[in-house]
Amino acid sequence: MNDFLLKINGADVPVRAPGEETLLSVLRNRLHLTGTKYGCGEGQCGACTVLIDGVATRSCQARLATSTGVSITTIEGLEHGGLLGPVQQAFLDEGAFQCGYCTSGMILSATALLHDHPRPTDAQIVGYMDGNVCRCGTYPRITAAIHRASQLAVAGEKGGSGHAHE
Amino acid sequence: MPTSELMNDLLAEAAQQEVIGRLHRFQLDRRDLLKALGGGLLVSLAGGSALAQESGRRSGEHELPQDVSAWIHIGADGRVTVFTGKVEVGQNIRTSLAQLVAEELRVPFRAITMVMGDTDLTPWDMGTFGSRSTPTMGPQLRNMAVTARQMLMEAAAQRWSADASGLAAADGRVTDPKSGRSLAYGEITRGEKLERVVSGDPPFTPAIEWKIAGTAEPKVNGRDFVTGRHQYPSDIVRPEMVFGKVLRPAGFNATLVSADTAKAAKMDGVQVVRDGDFVGVTAADPWVAEQALAAIDAKWNVPQQISNRELFEYLKNNPENGGHERDDVEQATPAELQQAMAGADVKLEQNYTVAYIAHAPLEPRAAVAEWSGGRLTVWTGTQRPFGVREELAEAFRIPESRVRVIQPDMGSGYGGKHTGECAIEAARLAKAAGKPVKLVWTREEEFTWAYFRPAGWIEIRSGARRDGTIVAWEHHNYNSGPAAIASPYNVAHQVSQFHPTKYPLRQGSYRGLAATANHFARESHMDELAHAVDMGPLEFRLKNLTDERLRAVLEAAAEKFGWGHAKAAAGHGFGIAAGVDKGGHVAACAEVEVDGGGTVRVRRVVQAWESGAIVNPDGLRNQTMGAMVQALGGALFEAVQFENGRILNPHFAQYRVPRFKDMPEVEVVLLDRKDLPSAGAGETGIVAVAPAVGNAIFAATGKRVRSMPMAAGGELSS
Ligand code: FES
Ligand code: FES
Repeated sequence: MNDFLLKINGADVPVRAPGEETLLSVLRNRLHLTGTKYGCGEGQCGACTVLIDGVATRSCQARLATSTGVSITTIEGLEHGGLLGPVQQAFLDEGAFQCGYCTSGMILSATALLHDHPRPTDAQIVGYMDGNVCRCGTYPRITAAIHRASQLAVAGEKGGSGHAHE
Repeated sequence: MPTSELMNDLLAEAAQQEVIGRLHRFQLDRRDLLKALGGGLLVSLAGGSALAQESGRRSGEHELPQDVSAWIHIGADGRVTVFTGKVEVGQNIRTSLAQLVAEELRVPFRAITMVMGDTDLTPWDMGTFGSRSTPTMGPQLRNMAVTARQMLMEAAAQRWSADASGLAAADGRVTDPKSGRSLAYGEITRGEKLERVVSGDPPFTPAIEWKIAGTAEPKVNGRDFVTGRHQYPSDIVRPEMVFGKVLRPAGFNATLVSADTAKAAKMDGVQVVRDGDFVGVTAADPWVAEQALAAIDAKWNVPQQISNRELFEYLKNNPENGGHERDDVEQATPAELQQAMAGADVKLEQNYTVAYIAHAPLEPRAAVAEWSGGRLTVWTGTQRPFGVREELAEAFRIPESRVRVIQPDMGSGYGGKHTGECAIEAARLAKAAGKPVKLVWTREEEFTWAYFRPAGWIEIRSGARRDGTIVAWEHHNYNSGPAAIASPYNVAHQVSQFHPTKYPLRQGSYRGLAATANHFARESHMDELAHAVDMGPLEFRLKNLTDERLRAVLEAAAEKFGWGHAKAAAGHGFGIAAGVDKGGHVAACAEVEVDGGGTVRVRRVVQAWESGAIVNPDGLRNQTMGAMVQALGGALFEAVQFENGRILNPHFAQYRVPRFKDMPEVEVVLLDRKDLPSAGAGETGIVAVAPAVGNAIFAATGKRVRSMPMAAGGELSS
C-alpha cells in the first residue's frame, strides 16, 4: 500500500492503495465513483472508459501508479452546475440506451471522438467507438446521439456556452 | 383477463424457462442439516429446478393479491406509488407500466413512482421473462388503477353527497362538473391505504382513447443513466462492507481434491471460507481479496466431457423422456403425414443446428449480501427476485420471511439472470465474515458459470405441390426447446415435436429462447422450398398464409425494404423471413454482402413489428432495434466453445458480440393495432433476423448455410 495523489474531475484526491491496482478498481471500490463500470477487466468492452488528459482510456488497463500527474475525467465530471454536457444531453434526447450499463463508457469515448473530430463521419464513429460494447444493441441510437451532440456542441459554441441545452 | 388465467399463463411460461442445476449446495451448520435430515448421514441434495417447483407443488401458495393497497398507494401529496415484482433490465417497463397506471388512474405521468423487484415491498411475482410484463402485469396494474379511480370518485361523492356517476376524474383530481367543486386525490386519501378487493374485471380505457399510454414518454430516470448516478447491483455499497471472491473449479462437474488456503489465510484481513467444495475469501481491501484468491493452491478432479465438436451427434443420440407434441396445433398421424407426403410434387429434407450461446450481459452477476439479526438482505441483479429469495431460503435453511431480495435496475439479462448463484455465494461469504459482502463475477466467470442458451439439432421434412401449396410439414427439435415450433403457415398435415435430450452444458432461458432456433430452421426451409417450387420467397409465404397479422408485417417489411423492386448489386443478396411468438408478429428483410473471401457483411435490415396496441412507441422501437442487433450476433458469430468441462472462449476477445463495425442500416416499422391487447415485445423481435440473413446469403452466393452461427470467425461457415 502506498499513497498517491490523483486528479479526478478537477479535484486532488489522495488514495492509499497498491500501485499495481487498476484505476477502475480505485475509482469504484475505494473512491465510490461507481459511474465507471466493470464489464470485462480485459480492455475488451469499453464500459470502464475514462478520459486521461482528454484521451479515452480503459481504466481497467490503467494502473494506479501510472495514473498520477495526469488529469482524469469520469462520467461524474461531465455535468457542470446541474447542466449536462452536450454528449450527455444528446444521449438523453435520443434515448440512446436501454439498461444504460454501457452508457458512461460510450459517453466518454464519444467525448474524446468529438474533441478530435467535431463533425465525425460514420466511419470515424466506428473507428473510435468499436471498442465499446452495447449488448442491448443500441448502436444505431448511439451513432445518432453522437451526431446530435456534434450539432449541440457547435450550436453551443455559437451561442457562447459550452453546454447547449434544448 | 381474469387473474386465474394470468396465473395459468405465467405457470405455463415458467415450465419453458427452467434453468437446470445449481452451482452450490452448502453443508452450512452440520447440526442444522443433520436435524433437517433426521440425523446420521450427510448427503448432498440433488439440484432440482426452482421454477419447476413453482409451476408444480408451490404454485398454490402464491396467489396474486387482489386488494388495491398491495399495488397502489396514493400519498397525501398526490404522489402515486406503484408496487410490482417485475424488474427493469433495460426493456423499459418501469416507464411503460407507469404510463398504463397513469392513464387508468387519470394522473400525470410524473406523479408515479414505481417500486419494483423488492421482495419485502412488492407483491410476489414469478419473474420477468417470457414477454409477460406487458400482457399480464399491464392488465393487473390497470385493474388496480381503474378500481382506485372508482374508489376515489366514490369517496368524493360521499363527501359532497353527490352521485359518483356524475363526477369526473382527470389530472389527479375528482371534479364535480355541475358545481365546479374539485378535490385532489391526495386530499381524498390523506395518504391512507386504499382498501378494496378487486373482483371482476373493471373496464379499461380503450387504446384509441389513450392520452398517456401510447405516447413516446422518455425513460424514467433517464438522466441518472447519462450522469452515472444510477446505482446498479454492482454499485451498491453497505457500511462495513468487505469484498468477496470465489474459487472456481477447474472444469464443470469437478470435485475438489485439495485446497491449500494457508497462505491466503495469513493475508491482512482475509477470511477463508470453506464449505464442501465451495471455497471463497473475503477481505476488507479489494486488492487483497484478489491476491488471497490467487494464493490458494487447489487441485480438482475434472471428469472427461464432450466438446462442442461432438455436440450435435451427442444431442441426436442421447434422448431423454418427456418429449411432446404441441397441442395448440393439430398434429397429423404418421399415416396422414405419409399420405400427404406421397401427394407432394416436391419433397425436401434438411437439418439445421444452433450453437450454445451466452447472454453476456454487460453487467456480470453481482450481489451484496448482509446478515443482520437473523435476517438476510441481498441486493442483486436478477430477473426473479422472488425465485432468488426462495433459493436463498433453501440454501441457508431459513424461512423466506427472513430473506429480502432487492433488485436495483440492472445491467440487463436477456433471460440470463434467472438464478441466484452470485447472491447465494455472497450470502455464504457474508455469513462467515459477519459483515456485508460484495461479490461481482468477472467476465470469465460470467461466461463460464452462468448458463447458456441451449444448442439444438432440428430436422425438417416438407412436401409441396407444384403450385406452391405446402401439403406436409414435419419439424423435430432436439434439445433447444418447443417455443414457436408449430408452423404459422397453413399446412394441412403437420407434426411439430420437441425431443428433450441429455446435454453437456448448464442451459436455460434466453431472449426468444427456442423461438430463434425454430424460426431459423423453418424460415430457412421455407426459402428452400420456395426455390424448389420456383416461386419468390415472399409470394410463396403469402400463398400459404392466412394469419392476417403475420401477413401484415410481411407486407410492411417488404414494402419498406423495396422487396421485388430493388435489385441486389453483385455479391449482394436479399432475404426475407417472418414469425410469431408470444403475441409478437415480426418480419425482416435483409441485404447481405459476401465478398470473394467469404466475409459476410449485413448491409441493411428492415423489420416490421406488431404486438397489439403500442404502449410506448419509442421504447418499442428501441426494443425492436436492440433485438435485431443482438440477433446478428447469434446469426453470424456467437458460439460457445467447450471441451472437457472448460469454456474455451470466455472473453470478449474470443467470443464475438456485435459491435459498431457490424452495424447494418437498421430500420423498424411499427404497426399499431389499437384494437388488440398489448403483447410483450422484449423477445420475439430477435427471431426473424437470422433466417432473413441466411436467405440473403443464399441469394448472394447460392450457398445455403444451415448452422447458426453462419459466419463464425467472420467468414461463411461451410
Ligand atoms: S472493463 Fe475495461 S474494457 Fe471492459
Ligand atoms: S444499454 Fe445495455 S449495454 Fe448498452
